[in-house]
Amino acid sequence: MHGLIFRTLEAFVSDVFGPDHWTRAVAQADLPVTSFEAMLQYDAGYFPTLLEACVTVLDRPGSVILEDLGAYLIIHQNHASVRRLMRFGGDTFAELLQSLGDLPDRTRLAVSGLDLPSILVQETIPQSFTIQCADNPIGFGHIMVGLLRAMADDYGTLALLDHRGLRNGAEIIEVQVIETDFADDRGFSLSVAHGAHHQ
Amino acid sequence: MIAAPALLRAIRPLHVCIGPTGHIRQVGKSFSKLGINDPSGCRFLEVFEILRPARPSSMSDLRRLTGEVLRLRLRQEPEIGFRGLVIDDEAQGLILDLSFGIAVVDAVQRFGLTAQDFAPGDLVMELLFLQEAKSSAIAASFSLNARLNGARLAAETDAMTDGLTGLHNRRALDAALARLGQSNTEYAILHMDLDRFKQVNDTLGHGIGDSVLKRVALILRSHTRQDDLLIRAGGDEFVIVCPGLTDHLRLTELAIRLISDISEPAQIDGQDVTIGASIGIAVSAATARCDPVTHLSRADVALYAAKRLGRGQYRFWSTDMGECLASLDLEDAQPKAM
Repeated sequence: MHGLIFRTLEAFVSDVFGPDHWTRAVAQADLPVTSFEAMLQYDAGYFPTLLEACVTVLDRPGSVILEDLGAYLIIHQNHASVRRLMRFGGDTFAELLQSLGDLPDRTRLAVSGLDLPSILVQETIPQSFTIQCADNPIGFGHIMVGLLRAMADDYGTLALLDHRGLRNGAEIIEVQVIETDFADDRGFSLSVAHGAHHQ
Repeated sequence: MIAAPALLRAIRPLHVCIGPTGHIRQVGKSFSKLGINDPSGCRFLEVFEILRPARPSSMSDLRRLTGEVLRLRLRQEPEIGFRGLVIDDEAQGLILDLSFGIAVVDAVQRFGLTAQDFAPGDLVMELLFLQEAKSSAIAASFSLNARLNGARLAAETDAMTDGLTGLHNRRALDAALARLGQSNTEYAILHMDLDRFKQVNDTLGHGIGDSVLKRVALILRSHTRQDDLLIRAGGDEFVIVCPGLTDHLRLTELAIRLISDISEPAQIDGQDVTIGASIGIAVSAATARCDPVTHLSRADVALYAAKRLGRGQYRFWSTDMGECLASLDLEDAQPKAM
């Protein structure tokens, strides 16, 4: 499994709860690794073990941890590039949702070896979307919920997001776009220099 | 069917239509973003400069490039390059269909272009996405490499260092000898071991023994030059390699000072400790060139010759001592007063 995934979990727990919580989670997980490098590969089996340890140490359900991690990726300054890369998906939140199907391919082009689960998006009725994420790794859907919630805020869009559990081996997320001009759009410019003003 | 000029406006944001006289008739919508206010009516070749494959100076020159891919730039923005295809509009005019090519990344920065400034089928968004994602990934890779390199250098230094005294170790000595073997530098090797160190260790304990070794390292540092290599070769055995130093007088002075300072009685952790030192010296310039390992063993031979004279002595290697300890003729060793 790609180190970026582990590195993100490590950065999230350290930045949000403090490095001591990460140290305790790693000790609890009893893995041969204590700190992860973004650009190395690790045994995929480490991830559920680490997440289980985080559940104990942070005293909250795994789904909540993963949702917060998704939001953290968009909001935290250290990961401003993730927000920018997501904004390449479209000019509106609805366009972004429609572009999610391309996300695994785009990601693989950018970082070979970083394989995201396949994503299928359907606009069931206008402004209502169903997103299916393949079930490997389990819990990816929760990260998507947190990440998309933060992106809706970024676009200034009011949207309701709900993780509906597993259906036919896929995680189901339902999204309802309520109001597109709910708050200020944080803005996005293709040019990094221009985009930096908004971060 | 939609008329050609309207079609071009709809699908090609960076096109130019040129009339039979060489004047611009219409341009795509994105030129306004590049700071070009509607150039209709201007001579095409006054607005654009064609760089390759030829530099046309008239409409008929330009017409000869029909079907060719051009490299060109705006005279007003010479840093941003375009490439474009020349098409005959079959009404005595020409159409140029332009795109940024790889300059698109710079153009986006320079002009604040948005997705709407590019044709819907253009892969430019993918290109920009990739460019940013790659930059982030490479930054992460660089940071990993920097940390690995730092760890490697630290490990290399550790591998070459004697943990107790901070002097170099045997591995560093081998590397230094190998380097000397490759160069023409003359040098001296001093091989020193301590007298009575074993008694100190046995009677006063290893803690005191370790402190004695640290004190000796301090004395070695204070009497040697920056370029000299100080090695704890093991136990109470030290080697000093002095590149560029072959003068017998100076080496004699060095040996005498080391022996005298080390032999000075010292208070270590509340204990009175007196040790001594013996030194054998081999100088590369003294003989025909031979490999540094041979010099090291000559310094060893000289050390044993010095020890046979009693404690606190030093000797330079000389041919009569032979090349190895076994051949050392005990009877022939001439005592040399300190």
